[in-house]
Amino acid sequence: MKIHEYQGKEIFRKYGVATPRGFPAFAIDEAVEAAKKLGGQLWVVKAQIHAGGRGKGGGVRVAKSLDEVRNLSKKILGMILVTHQTGPDGQKVRRLLIEEGADIRKELYVGMVVDRGTQKVVLMASSEGGMDIEEVAAKTPEKIKKVFIDPVEGLTDADADEVAIGIGIPAASVPQARAIFKALYRCFDDTDASLVEVNPLILAGDGRVVALDSKINFDDNALFRHPEIVALRDLDEEDPLEIEASKFDLSYISLDGNIACMVNGAGLAMATMDTIKLFGGAPANFLDVGGGATAEKVTAAFKIMLSNKKVKAILVNIFGGIMRCDTIATGVVAAAREVHLKVPLVVRMKGTNEELGKKILKDSGLPIISADNMADAAQKVVAAIKKKKPKPKPKPKRKAKKKKK
Amino acid sequence: MSILIDRNTRVMTQGITGKTGQFHTQTSRAYANGRACFVAGVNPKKPGEDFEGIPIFGTVKDAKARTGANVSVIYVPPPFAALAIDEAVDADLDLVICITEGIPVRDMIRTKHRMKGRRTLLVGPNCPGVITPDQIKIGIMPGHIHKKGPVGVVSRSGTLTYEAVGQLTELGLGQSSCVGIGGDPVNGLKHIDVLRMFNDDPATEAVIMVGEIGGSDEEDAARWVKDNMKKPVVGFIAGITAPPGKRMGHAGAIISGGKGTAQEKLAVMEECGIRVTRNPAEMGKTLKSVLR
Repeated sequence: MKIHEYQGKEIFRKYGVATPRGFPAFAIDEAVEAAKKLGGQLWVVKAQIHAGGRGKGGGVRVAKSLDEVRNLSKKILGMILVTHQTGPDGQKVRRLLIEEGADIRKELYVGMVVDRGTQKVVLMASSEGGMDIEEVAAKTPEKIKKVFIDPVEGLTDADADEVAIGIGIPAASVPQARAIFKALYRCFDDTDASLVEVNPLILAGDGRVVALDSKINFDDNALFRHPEIVALRDLDEEDPLEIEASKFDLSYISLDGNIACMVNGAGLAMATMDTIKLFGGAPANFLDVGGGATAEKVTAAFKIMLSNKKVKAILVNIFGGIMRCDTIATGVVAAAREVHLKVPLVVRMKGTNEELGKKILKDSGLPIISADNMADAAQKVVAAIKKKKPKPKPKPKRKAKKKKK
Repeated sequence: MSILIDRNTRVMTQGITGKTGQFHTQTSRAYANGRACFVAGVNPKKPGEDFEGIPIFGTVKDAKARTGANVSVIYVPPPFAALAIDEAVDADLDLVICITEGIPVRDMIRTKHRMKGRRTLLVGPNCPGVITPDQIKIGIMPGHIHKKGPVGVVSRSGTLTYEAVGQLTELGLGQSSCVGIGGDPVNGLKHIDVLRMFNDDPATEAVIMVGEIGGSDEEDAARWVKDNMKKPVVGFIAGITAPPGKRMGHAGAIISGGKGTAQEKLAVMEECGIRVTRNPAEMGKTLKSVLR
C-alpha cells in the first residue's frame, strides 16, 4: 500500500525526523490559508499523487507571494499530472501540500528496502540527491553507500555515522544525520514498511538535515496489524478495477493489450501472459483467481476483465489441482451467460476432473473455443481476434460454425 | 532415492485443526505411504485430542518426542505462521515446510535471523510443498499428476510447477522429487540449495528450474550450475511481459530498480549452460531433449 507525501511526513515527525512545516490542502482557499498560517515569504506548492517524478511533470512549484500560491494551486489542483511513473494517462491531482520554502545547501538521498540476497533491510544513501537513484546506481555505483541492518540490533551508531560521512555530510551535522537514519529505520520496522525513501534529504544552509520529501510503501501482508495505516489509504489513487478485484480476493493488474486472461496461480498467470505475447498477442491484464474459485468469483472476474473496453477476447487457463476443472467450467459457463459474452472465449483446462470440465463447456452450447495446451490456447485466442475483424456481420451464423468444431 | 523427503519421513502438521490443515493432511495421508508418514498434529489448545486418529500435541517438541516426527508442515494462519516456524526450529526438526501464504516480511526477516546456525531446513513459505512421487507428498499439490522417475523439479510457483510436472508425466518422464520453494522475497531454501541436493541425488538425472521475475536467485543458481552441476538443467522464467514496478501476485514477483527482469535472468542462465525455453508449453519437451 502507498500513501501521500504529506501523510508520510506526518509519520516521519512522530519518529523525530525533521521535515519542513506544511499543511495539506484540498481546495484553493485552503491552500492560501495554509500559506498564511505558515507565514514567511516563500512557499512550495506540491501536487500529492502516489507516483514519483512530480517535479519534472510540473507538479511542484515555488511561490513568492500569497497570490502566487493561489494561482499555482488553481493550476495544479485538478490537473492531470503525467510522470514517468503514472503512465501516459497521468493521474488527476486532488490534494496539495503547502510547505515553507527551504534553504538548500546540498541535496542527498536516503532509502530503505528489504534486500532479498541478505534477507535484511538495507539502508542506501547517496550524495547525489534529487536525481533518479536508479540512474545513479547504474552509472556511478560508488556514489551509493549501503549498510545491511541486523534485525535484532537495529541500525547502530557506527553504521549510521559511516554512511553519513560516506555521503559527504560535514562533521558538525553527522549527529543529526545519525539520528535521522536511526529514526527512519525505526519507522520502517515499526510500520512494516516495504520502502522508505527520502529524495531529497537536504543539508540546509544552517547545517540542519531535513527530509524534504517522503515516500513510504507498506507490506500488504502486514496491514492487518496497522489499522492506523489502512486509514491513510486513498482509493482515488488506485485503479478502480484493482480495488473491485480485491473485494473478491482476486489479484488483478491492468495492462495495455487486448486479450484478457484469467488463470489460477501467479506464476502460471505470468506464464500465460508470456505465451500470449510469444504468439503475437498482447495481454490486457494479469488475473490470478487463486485457489478456491467459485462460480461467483469467476463471474466477478469476467465482469472486471470486460469492464476494460480494450478487451477483444478472453483466455482462461486453469491447472486444476485442489480446484477441480468441473467447478471452474460451471463457473465459466455461468459467468459467460450472465455477462452475455460477446467476445471470443478460449478455455484451456488441465488436471483434476479435466474431462468432466470439458464436457460441461461443450454441453453449454456456448461458442467456447477449447484448447489442449497453453501454446494452443494462445494461438487460438490470437487467431480469434484476427478472424473477428474482417467479417463483423451476422452473429448467429458464427456461433453455429464454432459449435461444429 | 530422492531429496528432502521419502517413505521413511515422519511428519507432524502444525495447524492440523484448521480447515486447510485438515483437508491437506487428509489428501497427503491418502497418497502413497501417507498413512504411515503422517503421525502427529500440533495445536497448543488441543493436546490429547486427535484428528482422524492422528494424535494432537500441545507443542512441536512434545510431538517430536512422542512420535519421532522429524519434519513439520505448517498451515497456521499468516499472523502466527512465523512463530510456528520458530517453534519447529527450536525443536531441532530436520525440515519445516511452510505452506502459509501472506506472512509479513518483517516476521520472516526475524525468523530467518533466528535460524542462523541451526540445523533445521525451511521450504517456503507461500509454497505448494514437496513431493517424492510414489513415496510421500507433503503439501497441497495434486498427487495424481506426478510419476516416479529421474527428473528433479524446483520452482518458485505453485500451479506453474504443476504445469511443468504435468508436461513431464505426459511425455512419460517421471520425477525424483518436486520442490516448491515459494514466491516470497524472504524464504528458506533457494534454487541454488535445491539444485545442490539434486546434483548429489543418484536418482536425479536432470532438473527443471522454474523461476519468476524479481530478485537474483535464478542468476545465483545459474552461476553455481556453470561451475558445479554434473547434470543437465532446463529453465523457464515467468514474467517476460510483466511491467516494472507492478507486483505480479507473489510478494517476490516484482521488477524493481530495473533489476530482476525475465530477460536478464534468461540471458544469465543461457550463458551458464542452462537450456532455457521462452515457451512455457515446452518445458517438458525441452527437458526431454537434454536427457541422454
